[in-house]
Amino acid sequence: MLAATLAISTLAAVFGLLLGYSAVRFRVESDPVVDQIDALLPQTQCGQCSYAGCRPYAEAIAAGEADINRCPPGGEATVLALADLLGRDPKPVEGETKPPSVAIIDEQVCIGCTLCIQACPVDAILGAAKQMHTVIESECTGCELCIEPCPVDCIYMVPIAPDISTWKWPFPAGETQSADREAVSS
Amino acid sequence: MTEQAHKLHRFHGGLHLPRHKEESTRDPVLPMRIPARLIVPLRQHIGESAEACVAPGDRVNKGQLIGRCDTYVGAAVHAPTSGRVVEIADHPVPHPSGLSAPCVVIEPDGRESWGESRLPPIEDYLDADPVSLRNRIREAGIVGLGGAAFPSAVKITPRPGQTLDCLVINGAECEPYITCDDSLMRTHARGVIEGIRILMQALKPRCCLIGIEDHMSGAIAAMRDALGGDEAHGIRIVPIPSLYPAGGERQLIQVLTGREVPSQGLPADIGIVCQNVGTAYAIYRAVAHGEPLISRIITVTGKGVQHPRNLEVLIGTPIADLVAAAEGYTDEVSRLIMGGPMMGFALQSDAIPVVKGTNCILAASHEDVAPPGPVMPCIRCGQCAEVCPAQLLPQQLYWFARAKDFDKAQDYSLFDCIECGCCAYVCPSNIPLVQYYRFAKNEIWAQERERRKADIARERHEFRQARLEQEEREKAERLARKKAALAAKQDDTADDPKKAAIQAALERAKARKAAQEAEQMSAEKADKEPSG
Ligand code: SF4
Ligand code: SF4
Ligand code: SF4
Ligand code: SF4
Repeated sequence: MLAATLAISTLAAVFGLLLGYSAVRFRVESDPVVDQIDALLPQTQCGQCSYAGCRPYAEAIAAGEADINRCPPGGEATVLALADLLGRDPKPVEGETKPPSVAIIDEQVCIGCTLCIQACPVDAILGAAKQMHTVIESECTGCELCIEPCPVDCIYMVPIAPDISTWKWPFPAGETQSADREAVSS
Repeated sequence: MTEQAHKLHRFHGGLHLPRHKEESTRDPVLPMRIPARLIVPLRQHIGESAEACVAPGDRVNKGQLIGRCDTYVGAAVHAPTSGRVVEIADHPVPHPSGLSAPCVVIEPDGRESWGESRLPPIEDYLDADPVSLRNRIREAGIVGLGGAAFPSAVKITPRPGQTLDCLVINGAECEPYITCDDSLMRTHARGVIEGIRILMQALKPRCCLIGIEDHMSGAIAAMRDALGGDEAHGIRIVPIPSLYPAGGERQLIQVLTGREVPSQGLPADIGIVCQNVGTAYAIYRAVAHGEPLISRIITVTGKGVQHPRNLEVLIGTPIADLVAAAEGYTDEVSRLIMGGPMMGFALQSDAIPVVKGTNCILAASHEDVAPPGPVMPCIRCGQCAEVCPAQLLPQQLYWFARAKDFDKAQDYSLFDCIECGCCAYVCPSNIPLVQYYRFAKNEIWAQERERRKADIARERHEFRQARLEQEEREKAERLARKKAALAAKQDDTADDPKKAAIQAALERAKARKAAQEAEQMSAEKADKEPSG
């Protein structure tokens, strides 16, 4: 019991230090424009923008190397926000926008190989070697990076069912959806 | 002072609408028979959902707690009658989305037995301690019955440093067709007044004003009767001009007190608490009789039902049962609306149950809710701004919402819009303005949610990144240490005393051997020399 308590508190302390360290580390390096761009990206870390994650994409945008419409998870809202921030023209999103989803592991089939854990960019998968793994649903960003590595194909993406607290009134029908910003800003 | 007319104020804009109230007020309130099934949603209020504390198969008493809610903003849910819990599952609930949510389904046994479930009545409520009254209001699961369903206990608890000096009671019922508050005041005026006195005991305000639209003469007379005049016990009944939306919280406060609730603020910010007459009555039942909120009066009206009227209904009764109590549909029915024609929303089915916040079921005929003509471009006529009771610029808000420029929409006080529908009602271009505002508000909330989610994901990603680097570094360090250790091993041979000793011994032996050999050689030489 004591050993367990000790182990846990040591772990907590170590993680705390790490978190602190990461905060400091990433702050020190940060460039304010990159930060502002990164703040608008969805942090799915899926790499669909062809960069290694959201921050690398933010860096590429800041450096003028990448367009602002490369992030499918962010969708139109992100393009509009980036256009606003950077004073560029909004463009239609490149790539396929999917409904928000989370990964589910079929625990009967999982062999506990830990490959998915290594792939998950946000540590949303729990499990140890040779033990079945579980996705922490609330932390999963739906990036799909864990699907590929699984040798037994036991990970599925399931769309998040809309519920009353997240349901949204749709854009009124019968009118064009085009964002005519000119008319607004004039 | 008593005889002096109360000074009334005016809010901006507003509309005179056809009232359509007579249809449903011809007959007295009819207590409904207990339905065959009650579907009681666990979330009927603003705030967190309650959690079921019964299981399928359980027998429940009337008034027994079936949904517990421990969060501050939330409300408990009780069994509307005695019977058996048959299921706890998702069912369609009254919501514009038509989605399902967790409900407790009860099969009534018809006995209406309270068992031990009645809360102990607080007899001396006019001397009771405010905290115990507030606790009772919380325990009884009371929420605002005017429609918003905000937990009442929260509303009457002042935040630190706040004084709530004025209690405003909303009996205005300004929306066309709805007459449940009117009926309640005509039939239970005494209970309403007692409920208001309980609220005064809990809040100790300096004044209390009851606002009732002036066309509701029966309700005004009954309330005067119950109070014993226009003014008594610090409570004053004030008939107000009929003008939609005079029953909006901000508008009623302005009409009665002349005070304006600040933009994005709450009535509490200017020391006012506003409660609906139905809520006051529910509070009276909970305090004086120990009854949690399990029933209410609901108007069933419109050309779509045979016999429009007010019904006393158990919470959780399917709408189809209410329609049956109104003698069924007519051929004209075209749409079911929960609430009134201005602020209500369409229902997908009549299997949906009524909830605490349900004030009206409008079975509308085609002409009641004539679909607006084709949508045309905004001609910037400004009529919408003239009628807006929140003094907004609806046409600007429309442009920003349409362009998804949500920052601008918020700069133009989108969140002060009460969705009263006045602007859309007068718009000559038939633009569904309110839908645009709802869309924009929902998008802003969703973005807020996504932003929070993204922040968590960023933190976790950075943490992982740091952890991987740390592991990488540790691995490198371990490797370096190993290498160093290996190298050290080789060097070590020089200074290890034992090894050195052996080495030295070996060397000595070698030297000795060499010396012996040399001696031998010279001896051999010497042997040979004499012979030579
Ligand atoms: S596509 Fe979007 S969410 Fe995915 S990594 Fe790139 S910026 Fe992040
Ligand atoms: S669990 Fe899979 S889909 Fe979810 S965040 Fe991790 S890698 Fe991405
Ligand atoms: S009433 Fe309609 S047409 Fe007139 S300004 Fe407002 S939105 Fe435009
Ligand atoms: S719906 Fe909103 S914008 Fe339109 S009149 Fe009412 S408060 Fe004003």
